[in-house]
Amino acid sequence: MFDDLADLYQQVILDHSKSPRNFHRLDPADRTAEGTNPLCGDNITVFLRMDGARIKELSFQGSGCAISKASASIMTESLQGRTLTEVKGLFDQVHDMVTTGKSPASDMGKLAVFAGVHRFPARVKCAILPWHAVLAALEGQVNPVTTE
Amino acid sequence: MSTGNSTAEPLPPVRDLSALRADFPILNQAVNGHPLVYLDNAATSQKPVAVIEAMDRYYRCDNANVHRGIHELSNRATATMENSRARAARFLNAARSSEVVFTRGTTESINLVAATWGADNLRPGDQILLTEMEHHSNLVPWQLVARRTGAELVFLPVTGDEGLLDLARLDALLTPRVRLFALTHVSNTLGTVNPVAELCERARKVGAVSLVDAAQSAGHLPLDVQAIGCDFLACSGHKLCGPTGIGLLYGRQEQLEAMPPWQGGGEMISSVDFHESRWNVVPHKFEAGTPNIAGSVGLHAAFDYLDAIGRQRIFQHDQELAGYAYERLTTLSGTRVFGPRTGRSGVVSFLLDDVHAHDLVTAADQFGVALRGGHHCNQPLMRKLGVPSTARASFYFYNTRAEVDRLIEVLREIRRFFGG
Repeated sequence: MFDDLADLYQQVILDHSKSPRNFHRLDPADRTAEGTNPLCGDNITVFLRMDGARIKELSFQGSGCAISKASASIMTESLQGRTLTEVKGLFDQVHDMVTTGKSPASDMGKLAVFAGVHRFPARVKCAILPWHAVLAALEGQVNPVTTE
Repeated sequence: MSTGNSTAEPLPPVRDLSALRADFPILNQAVNGHPLVYLDNAATSQKPVAVIEAMDRYYRCDNANVHRGIHELSNRATATMENSRARAARFLNAARSSEVVFTRGTTESINLVAATWGADNLRPGDQILLTEMEHHSNLVPWQLVARRTGAELVFLPVTGDEGLLDLARLDALLTPRVRLFALTHVSNTLGTVNPVAELCERARKVGAVSLVDAAQSAGHLPLDVQAIGCDFLACSGHKLCGPTGIGLLYGRQEQLEAMPPWQGGGEMISSVDFHESRWNVVPHKFEAGTPNIAGSVGLHAAFDYLDAIGRQRIFQHDQELAGYAYERLTTLSGTRVFGPRTGRSGVVSFLLDDVHAHDLVTAADQFGVALRGGHHCNQPLMRKLGVPSTARASFYFYNTRAEVDRLIEVLREIRRFFGG
């Protein structure tokens, strides 16, 4: 009965949504950006500390559904030490995976748990929201980004 | 011969509401392997066969462009459209057909008034009184016109989770500076039914014009614009068993006549010169371009369908189901239910433990239960309630107590799944 649901909400996702990692404000932060999903009212702010071109520390705050929260939490774990180019590369793979369900070319680690999202088109935005925010922060955008 | 529904006989009285489910083929299907339980009626209602067939018949037999035409089909189409207008006037108990303007829906109706009446009548320092429970469609058009005219928005507050208007504040807010009081009849989030007749009268006493957003009420309870005493009333066809893309603006004759036209084009003029034009009479002045003729046919059939059931009966049924859902939801541990305990319409917003509304709605869909989750186009109200979003079940006459039971059963499963 729960098969499809369990495919979307894998244990790792439920765990990260209930106990999100790096769920705090970084003060001071070198970069910060806010992402909102007007459809569901999700709102996530990411905070970055940089070491040159690389992300040294990454955290987030905000409110959202289990998918967006878990996506932000797992994303913060996955992006430590990465550059903008590397983050963009990962974003493309995650985006591909959650929209088409295509298996990623490289090993994506924990990020692979979001593969089930592609069967729930309304929820793609939730998974992608924190990624938009982190890219905006890295690219130095001032205005909040939205998924609409 | 015309096969339009303009000559339709009154339908026989309906004895058993659950028998009406057979009129809605869409309800008879499985979604994600479970029988569909459609509880998203505040977003849009389903359409009975009578409406679908009326539109189908119109396109098969009577379709042509309205007015201006001289040939038989055009005459039929014109008569059909104007019959629908007369039927709409009866549905709202408007004094005259000319007080009914066809629009795309509630949103367009309100925008029409904001763009014409608002632009002509609002001056810097004037106030537009709204309530804190307005749908974005009865908020944003006023923000736009306020920005253009220098008028200012003021809000009648909503109190607590019960979600009633704070009428004790009305005297202080409804001053002679208020030129327009625009408010919803039934809240799409809280289910609150506002005392619109009383409020429109209070507006009239200070010389303010009143507009009622009847999107959530028109298909659900008896509506009488003369008894309400409003200057304007807006509603949508698709929420009352009619098709999408058509709705109504009711406006008192003298208001409509004093207003400038809205969009320019064919049909809204009486004569056109290269440099200026003269406007057509009300309501045609507000209906530029080819109207949604087939939509008006579907709307006509929807009015006939609803009135055969009786809107008082529909309201009673909505209230019974909402009351039952409210009672069962509040006894389910970990739920927070919004809106008034009694006297509500068939809309129930709730939260379940700390399961986010979107997760809840996705999960319910896996069990075939169609809900809505989000801010319901009520972002300021959500902020006031201190929640980012809610889940919402909304009922209509074809919903049953068994469907409420199924909703509760599914919510228990969902709570179990998310480990609540």
